Amino acid sequence: MSTDHDGTTDTTPKKRAGLFDIRFVIAGLIGVYGVILVLLGIFNASDEELARGDGLNINLWAGLGMLVGAAVFAVWARLRPVVVPVED
Amino acid sequence: MEPAGGSCLLGKWGHPVLQAANDTFRLNADFFDYTIIALYFAVVLGIGVLAKRQVSSSIDFFMSGRSLPAWVTGLAFISANLGAVEIMGMSANGAEFGVATFHYFWIGAVPAMLFLGIVMMPFYYGSGVRSVPEFMRRRFGTGAHLVNALSFSVAQLLIAGINLYLLATIVNRLLGWPLWVSLIVAAVVVLSYITLGGLSAAIYNEVLQFFVIVAALTPLTIVALHKVGGWEGIKDKVQPGPEQLSSWPGTDLTGISDPLWSTIGIVFGLGFVLSFGYWTTNFVEVQRAMASESLSSARRAPIIGAFPKMFIPFIVIIPGMAAAIIIPEITNLKSGEGDTGGATYNDAILLLMRDLLPNGMLGVAIAGLLASFMAGMAANISAFNTVFSYDLWQQYVKKDKPDAYYTFVGRIATVAATVIAIGTAWFASNYDNLMNYLQTLFGFFNAPLFATFILGMFWKRMTATAGWTGLVSGTAAAVAVAFLSEDAFGSASTGLIGLSGQGASFAAAGAAFVVDIAVSVVVTLFTRPRDEKDLKGLVYSLTPKESLVDPDAKALPWYQSPTTLAGIGLVIVIVLNLLFR
Repeated sequence: MSTDHDGTTDTTPKKRAGLFDIRFVIAGLIGVYGVILVLLGIFNASDEELARGDGLNINLWAGLGMLVGAAVFAVWARLRPVVVPVED
Repeated sequence: MEPAGGSCLLGKWGHPVLQAANDTFRLNADFFDYTIIALYFAVVLGIGVLAKRQVSSSIDFFMSGRSLPAWVTGLAFISANLGAVEIMGMSANGAEFGVATFHYFWIGAVPAMLFLGIVMMPFYYGSGVRSVPEFMRRRFGTGAHLVNALSFSVAQLLIAGINLYLLATIVNRLLGWPLWVSLIVAAVVVLSYITLGGLSAAIYNEVLQFFVIVAALTPLTIVALHKVGGWEGIKDKVQPGPEQLSSWPGTDLTGISDPLWSTIGIVFGLGFVLSFGYWTTNFVEVQRAMASESLSSARRAPIIGAFPKMFIPFIVIIPGMAAAIIIPEITNLKSGEGDTGGATYNDAILLLMRDLLPNGMLGVAIAGLLASFMAGMAANISAFNTVFSYDLWQQYVKKDKPDAYYTFVGRIATVAATVIAIGTAWFASNYDNLMNYLQTLFGFFNAPLFATFILGMFWKRMTATAGWTGLVSGTAAAVAVAFLSEDAFGSASTGLIGLSGQGASFAAAGAAFVVDIAVSVVVTLFTRPRDEKDLKGLVYSLTPKESLVDPDAKALPWYQSPTTLAGIGLVIVIVLNLLFR
């Protein structure tokens, strides 16, 4: 439904795919997961759970990692938006 | 035909595929886990609804309008394959055989994916065919086409059923829902997003699934490695000692005790025949690349997919190896002493999740597993509906109907396939062994395909009769070897050839390849070749060179050139092989 090409010279009307860009969908879902996990890691990490991972607070670290990943996708989608030719 | 993984189906001959779940453990999911899982399903269905707006013709529905960027089709290409058998099966192999399991990725997948992008994709994409069987029909006429389209369709239904069954078993085990409820719920979710949005919805969901799977397995790998004391910890504690830390000659994996023959088996059997047969001709994967926006994107799709494919084993095999050290049930299973609690190697990932992950991350991991099983099933069904509509219905039943008619047929076929998959899944839950042998049987239809394709693409004289006789005799040769082996068909195998497990599968595939080539050559010499003007775009020597490359190929930056990317990929995979030799 879209192309990544920059510098196309034809004059067909175009619009941005916007939120339907799969990169925003990925950023949104992984970002929300990141927020939930970071909050759980800070407020809900019981000693028993920490002991299972030998003290590694995996919710916190995985959550932070997901937030970074989500940010990368959002920035990428913002910097190189998908352009869709408008029909009719 | 393969269930999901590069060469796993064939690799699994003689092994029970994935056993029915035992009831010995449950994962204690809480409110947060359920929220995370529910969010995932909401997004999956949302993509189906959004993609529906884009569907206006049958090309849109079946081929995504040939408009997707290469990174999307490249990730979908491997995600379609990242199903249940890949994740559960390869972590199980990691737990059982150690580092040798990397062969399934670095030998058994990456080289064939690069070859597909460089050599074969120009013919598939450039000839404008809508499916791999359609290429078969244009090159060899209806004989080979019927063999290919029928065996492919039936195999997809079978595999979709198996994926669905595994999905439902996991839901049943994780959440405690009855098996039949899990079956129907899972089927309805997959059905709704494919019928709504067609291939675009399936592909977009595969891309999303890929990242959810990575987000699920990476933290699991990190925490497992932390627990075991890092890679050094694995090196110290893996049993039995040094064998499981080197990938060559892989005698445990192949079941061939002679190191030289084991190596030959891996290189020729797995790396050449099985892997090329699967990756270069399986429409489930090739369909993803064919949905690309241009020829160079289509060529790049499998090549881009090859890069994550090189690194997926690190988040699948390494946790499996760690599980064999830190999960008591798996350790006991491997040493053959003590209580296994009914666990099998296939439970390695689930047991790691149970023992290591806190609530929250557990939800992400469950969502990742469900994602992977749905990816497998959706890929099978979306490939099935294309082949059914274009290659069977339009070709042999009702020609010359308006385009909208075939989109409608595709939607009906999707619903029918899902219903059949539920039936197959129910069947699988009752006749576990029979399903394994059926899968083995369909694997034989895959084995000779690469021989026929590559000969047909580069030898213009090869005739239509040679096309179908080669396929049929190659398949027959593989079946014969399986019957003569020790266990490929269970007790029906005679044991005349002293090979079992993976070794038998390599031998059967090798036989299929050699017999296919021999029969094709001999039959060609005695039959009349096709008219050369019908073969333009399908055979190398009759295709103008400029139609094999993109017009704008010269203008592409180096990182978008298929050959440069494939070269980089080849170097990395060789380095990985050397590092873990």
